[in-house]
Amino acid sequence: MEPVTRVSGTAYPWGAKNIDTDVIIPAHWLKTIKRSGLGKGAFETVRAQPGNIFDDPAYAGAPILIAGDNFGCGSSREHAAWALGDMGIKAVIAPSFSDIFSGNAFKNGIVPVVLPQEAVDRLVEVAKTDEVTVDLETMTVTTPFQDRFPFELDAFRRRCLMEGLDEVGLTLAKDTAISKFEERLDDERPWIRRDAAHAGFAVEGAGRT
Amino acid sequence: MSSAPRTLYEKVWDAHVVERRDDGSCLIYIDRHLVHEVTSPQAFEGLRAAGRRVRRPDLTLAVPDHNLPTTARVDAAGNELPIADRESAEQLGALRHNVAEFGVPYIDALSAKQGIVHVVGPEQGFTLPGTTMVCGDSHTSAHGALGALAFGIGTSEVEHVLATQTLILSPSKTMEVRVDGTLGYGVSAKDVVLAIIGRIGAAGGTGHVIEFTGEVIRNLSVEGRLTIANMSIEGGARAGMIAPDETTFAYLKGRPLAPTGADWDKAVAWWRTLPSDAGARYDKSVVLNAADIAPSLTWGTSPEDVVPITGVVPAPDSFADPSKREAAQKSLDYMGLTPGMRMQDVPVQHVFIGSCTNSRIEDLRAAAAVAGGRHVADGVRAMVVPGSGLVKRQAEAEGLDRVFTEAGFEWREPGCSMCLAMNPDKVPPGERCASTSNRNFVGRQGPGARTHLLSPAMAAAAAVTGRLADVRELMG
Ligand code: SF4
Repeated sequence: MEPVTRVSGTAYPWGAKNIDTDVIIPAHWLKTIKRSGLGKGAFETVRAQPGNIFDDPAYAGAPILIAGDNFGCGSSREHAAWALGDMGIKAVIAPSFSDIFSGNAFKNGIVPVVLPQEAVDRLVEVAKTDEVTVDLETMTVTTPFQDRFPFELDAFRRRCLMEGLDEVGLTLAKDTAISKFEERLDDERPWIRRDAAHAGFAVEGAGRT
Repeated sequence: MSSAPRTLYEKVWDAHVVERRDDGSCLIYIDRHLVHEVTSPQAFEGLRAAGRRVRRPDLTLAVPDHNLPTTARVDAAGNELPIADRESAEQLGALRHNVAEFGVPYIDALSAKQGIVHVVGPEQGFTLPGTTMVCGDSHTSAHGALGALAFGIGTSEVEHVLATQTLILSPSKTMEVRVDGTLGYGVSAKDVVLAIIGRIGAAGGTGHVIEFTGEVIRNLSVEGRLTIANMSIEGGARAGMIAPDETTFAYLKGRPLAPTGADWDKAVAWWRTLPSDAGARYDKSVVLNAADIAPSLTWGTSPEDVVPITGVVPAPDSFADPSKREAAQKSLDYMGLTPGMRMQDVPVQHVFIGSCTNSRIEDLRAAAAVAGGRHVADGVRAMVVPGSGLVKRQAEAEGLDRVFTEAGFEWREPGCSMCLAMNPDKVPPGERCASTSNRNFVGRQGPGARTHLLSPAMAAAAAVTGRLADVRELMG
């Protein structure tokens, strides 16, 4: 993953609430087996409307999206984060995010920035004409007008973003702790393990009537 | 040694901590991982690229569901029929290939055990109380009905679990949703969960794990509880849980993947320790009274837009919050409804009985009880999509398929189908569907499709009357 320390540039001054992942990327785009190329389908239903914000040349290629409450609710599809990333978005600013979406955003190097509604309203205004900066070093969102909105991020996630760390690799380094836990599990809750005898499922094909 | 009283959620969480980290997050062990074709290809691709293996194939189970057409899968001679949509076929093929390469237990599309991943898990006894359970699908919350801590994850997390059998998680807040009293005539689990979401709102549970409690929940079957826990995510919650009890144990006993013999006894003994302790505290509590819950449905494009069937389409002005007012106006425009219109006067063109919320045998029985001896109204297309091949078989053994087909419903092969319209089952633009699924989002059942969420009995009532109807007038 590319490290992210600062995202600066134009921002889509959207502010819409309850944007679900079906809006971010409709289901028919989910048939891909790749991570790339989804930017084409991002916000497809919004883009079908004339005069929409995403096709406004003033914001073309903006790295920041400003949205309303509960951004990314609904389906857990990580395709939503891939689609945003593919259209060049590196930070989303909103008063709140769905839990699953914000996890997916982090893992794809997109910063979900939570700010109070008043700050978001102000940024929507500013972004119509000017650039916005999200800085992970100082943990602030700033504008050319001396606005300065501090935000918070989980320390581990912040480090992963800033250093571009691979979470799977980090966890695999804990192999001893995981193996120890598994030994205890086998002992205390032996029914969790499924041995070959009652796994009983290796490529099950027959029997359809 | 006595410890502070803990909730069900806290007990399951504590039992799965591999390591506590300085920032309060934990490395959590995952006992059960369900995999389907849509959210896994990129995860397997990631493993392959890094030369990693699946750590615990025995704790993993894969089954295709989202993309599968619900038409016949084999011809008269028993040969597999090709899937017309090239991308769907490719994604289903990728799953078959990946499970073989990584040695993951797999239920093929042609098996009678195939079905929607959240129907298959409990049905096979793969879902167990007190387990941590994940799947790359937000309605994984359903499995909480059996007392599992179950939640949806994204594809990067799918890869993380495949490789390490763990996830890095921060503890959630806890929320109790208690439903007191006894359900009225014609009121089902679906009406209860719609009423709950109508009450707490689509973001009401954000950051929380809900525990559903109270007399109504205790008296529900496991299937009814699955309907409730399934929609926890529509109230914004990370997960929904219901304390395991005798109903849960009776449901699980003898299922193919449930523990047996001494393991069963040991498991039940531990499961009995899981319900929340007296005096355990929740960060939030909400109480509903069953007497206030009528057969309900949605009018708008958020699952929180709930009204009783006896109600009318609300006026946007009736909402205090200005942003909700605006959203309501947009919803009404999209839904083609006008304020003050009686819900019962709204005509429908499609009826969908299916999805992981309401496609189990009890759901089909409830719908068949209304459909029996009646006929689908002119101009209505109604389909029944059982949640799994085994549900389908059971329904056929009970003659429910004939009840439906004689009434003019289509009787189809199991899968997600019109719940998300990824396969060819779609609602055309501007047409209206009474659906037993869980999401009424814009375009969810096809571009421009209008969705009303309701119970299986209410869906059957809509099919035979050709409009949204009060099922109580058709019962008994
Ligand atoms: S039935 Fe619908 S909600 Fe359930 S898993 Fe399938 S697509 Fe998701």
